Amino acid sequence: MNPTGVGFKKRHIGLIAYFVFLLLPIYWLLAMSVKPNQEILGGFSLFPQTITFANYVTILTDPSWYNGYLNSIQYVALNTVISLSVALPAAYAFSRYRFLGDKHMFFWLLTNRMAPPAVFLLPFFQLYSTFGLIDTHIAVALAHCLFNVPLAVWILEGFMSGVPREIDETAYIDGYGFPRFFLTIFLPLIRAGIGVTAFFCFMFSWVELLLARTLTSVDAKPIAATMTRTVSAAGMDWGLLAAAGVLTIVPGALVIWFVRNYIAKGFALGRV
Amino acid sequence: MARIELRGLAHAYRPNPKTGADYALKPMEHVWEDGGAYALLGPSGCGKTTLLNIISGLLVPSEGQVLFDGRDVTRLPPQERNIAQVFQFPVIYDTMSVFDNLAFPLRNRKVAEKEVRARVEEVADMLELSADLGRRARGLTADQKQKISLGRGLVRSDVAAILFDEPLTVIDPQLKWLLRRKLKQIHERFRLSLIYVTHDQNEALTFAQQVVVMHDGQVMQLGTPQQLFEVPAHTFVGYFIGSPGMNFLPCRFEGGSAVVDDIRIPLAREVLDHAPRHGVPLEIGIRPEHLRVSASQGNGALPAEIASVEDLGNFKIVTAKLGRHRLKAKLDEDAPVPAERGWLTFPPDRTRLYADGRLVA
Amino acid sequence: MDNRPHDNKAWFLVLPVFLIVAISAIIPLMTVVNYSVQDILGPFQRVFVGTEWFEQVLNDERLHGAFLRQLVFSGCVLLIQIPLGIAIALTLPAKGWRSSLCLVLVALPLLIPWNVVGTIWQLYARPDIGMAGVAVNALGIPYNYTSNAFDAWLTVLIMDVWHWTPLVILLCFAGLRSIPEAFYQAAKIDGASAWAVFRHIQLPKMRRVLTIAILLRFMDSFMIYTEPFVLTGGGPGNATTFLSQFLAQIAVGQFDLGPAAAFSLIYFLVILLLSWVFYTYITHTDREDAR
Repeated sequence: MNPTGVGFKKRHIGLIAYFVFLLLPIYWLLAMSVKPNQEILGGFSLFPQTITFANYVTILTDPSWYNGYLNSIQYVALNTVISLSVALPAAYAFSRYRFLGDKHMFFWLLTNRMAPPAVFLLPFFQLYSTFGLIDTHIAVALAHCLFNVPLAVWILEGFMSGVPREIDETAYIDGYGFPRFFLTIFLPLIRAGIGVTAFFCFMFSWVELLLARTLTSVDAKPIAATMTRTVSAAGMDWGLLAAAGVLTIVPGALVIWFVRNYIAKGFALGRV
Repeated sequence: MARIELRGLAHAYRPNPKTGADYALKPMEHVWEDGGAYALLGPSGCGKTTLLNIISGLLVPSEGQVLFDGRDVTRLPPQERNIAQVFQFPVIYDTMSVFDNLAFPLRNRKVAEKEVRARVEEVADMLELSADLGRRARGLTADQKQKISLGRGLVRSDVAAILFDEPLTVIDPQLKWLLRRKLKQIHERFRLSLIYVTHDQNEALTFAQQVVVMHDGQVMQLGTPQQLFEVPAHTFVGYFIGSPGMNFLPCRFEGGSAVVDDIRIPLAREVLDHAPRHGVPLEIGIRPEHLRVSASQGNGALPAEIASVEDLGNFKIVTAKLGRHRLKAKLDEDAPVPAERGWLTFPPDRTRLYADGRLVA
Repeated sequence: MDNRPHDNKAWFLVLPVFLIVAISAIIPLMTVVNYSVQDILGPFQRVFVGTEWFEQVLNDERLHGAFLRQLVFSGCVLLIQIPLGIAIALTLPAKGWRSSLCLVLVALPLLIPWNVVGTIWQLYARPDIGMAGVAVNALGIPYNYTSNAFDAWLTVLIMDVWHWTPLVILLCFAGLRSIPEAFYQAAKIDGASAWAVFRHIQLPKMRRVLTIAILLRFMDSFMIYTEPFVLTGGGPGNATTFLSQFLAQIAVGQFDLGPAAAFSLIYFLVILLLSWVFYTYITHTDREDAR
């Protein structure tokens, strides 16, 4: 199918140009991560002249580095679990029932997606200090719920509305209680939707830094914040910085590969 | 308007088809006469939509030719073929008014605006859309949208044929017959060639003068609705057309008549003359409407067990057991039905013989 | 269409979400409101100051500058990313492994932590060691985003295009895939040109996803913080100090809690207001169409 009919060649030149624009910065990051620092600062070379994995070795053997990854993965996983487990019943309620203030509630949830995280910096810090939660994984996970829960409800509601209501009714007539019906019949039906939602929760929690950095200092410090360590008295350790950057892309790339067939679908659903 | 001819036409979606199963459409020869109203009938996946798309030019066949009035159009794109097509789901241009929708094909062909207006108004009048011309098309009901799809075909004065791909699927049942009647009127008025794809035999039999029955990528039979009913050319046609479908009994040939298990069934003279004697599986076929059931033994009647009787309002379906085989008979609602045991009669002029699925005549 | 039963017991199902979002949103927002009308002199020493902070912030020249920069920036973001996203989505292969591969590659920037995006562009655009920086200078165009204000602004814009156009592409791609094949076939038979197909089929069918794309891109670009923070730190001068940078400067840098809180509220309200205007404008024209 060639719906727009512009010449085949011309279209593809545009596409290739875009992909070059897209991939060059990532290539450069990769190239720098395997160059020794002398080469980076010594002169310009499109391809690495000497390949070294010293930067990666440093990161993977130094606990203060790799703990950053573990911290990030912990709070991201925690956030995904919390977001999904509270959003699932709520999305079911929005897709199946009308109730007092349902529309306002839905809109209010979405407005939280519009709140600039910078606005919440200080109050969050104070709130979590009060409960002694500063520098814990749960603090970051809860803070990220601010924008992930509304999003999860939104996407899940779209998927759930695609499941005919007759299925619920049949199950109730067959004597299923709500919890059993929900867990054993309904959830398996929207597997794809849960996958897509988990992907988005993962993504937005993984890429966010402002809140994550403010709410942590040592024990739960995310990798993205650890990266500022490369600035030292001796100047920038560019190679190390690039290697750390490459390693932050890896989990995202893995996740996206697993859900590649559902990405487009996840975006298409959900109501405006 | 045109006479459409298919020569050695075949299509496979994958390259280098080897066995018959690789073909979506098996090699065929076929002619659609100018001004005819044809229905293309068959179950889902039989290749009818593929055939339709080849005629309209949306698909280039992997083998053979398509000729319009003797001109080879096999490789011409749809817009150069003067074909209109109405799809299963109404296709309308949401953002345009009804008028602009109808004018769209003409404007794309750079027709003068004055003529566009005249044509659109004429077509809208015929389709009873005149009152809605100024409205946005997206707010209309499904049947009105489908009328617009049809109208976009009709406005073009040069249209060779209009193709329909199950156009009534999404229309409310009570509106279906209205739309179908409109189609007939239009056909009578313009004498356009119409090809109407459907899997619904009622739709096909009421709409068309000629019905083409397809199965498994092959044309099984071309005939009037009456021919399809009375003389099915293939067991598939017998089974597919009619409700319930034709009865079939595997049989062999012995001493000049057909024998089912041990039971002799009389056949017409010319059938017996043509019947192949060896090597092919044979079947006897009879329509439930033609099978007679009576309580007393008549001439040539065969004893049978009555298994069940279903009363369906103005007729009854009787299931009878003849030896190991079950047969269905359709009787008038007031016809007497014997209890438990009865006698079946196979009228020789209504009983067909099939060799390897094909009619022996 | 809406024949869902009315049942207030459904609130029990929504309750967990309500609680968790209330903790993350309402309590902090109340704190912000509190700060915005008080002067905090020390622990337990607060003075009610009314609208003083609001007046101070609204009359701040630096805020006006940041607001203007923000508007121009968000405007440019929408003007570039929406058409580019549509164009790329139209060109992407529709099916098969090529399509999967392209989607995965396109989505890649979205999964990179935002500060790493800044880092990548820092490494890529630096005039001494970055590929793009070196290349542009080699072409004879003087370029240095750390010292030239316009270069810095442009670099942040290109970085945002790199980072977020993929979101628009994915949304549009999803919208395009939901158009049944029959629409293209009918258009072919009607003799429609490529432009007519785009104008009358593809664009109207993408309307819903485009609404989401425009809203998301507007909101997020209006809140941009991390990437320019890493890349330029808001400089040189104030060239890339957008609203969030400005807020962080007064809140964390100068620790002016009152003005920061007042500004936070104004900021939030502006985003809500502009989003609402967009939303009603788009859905309103939508309803006009239906008539």
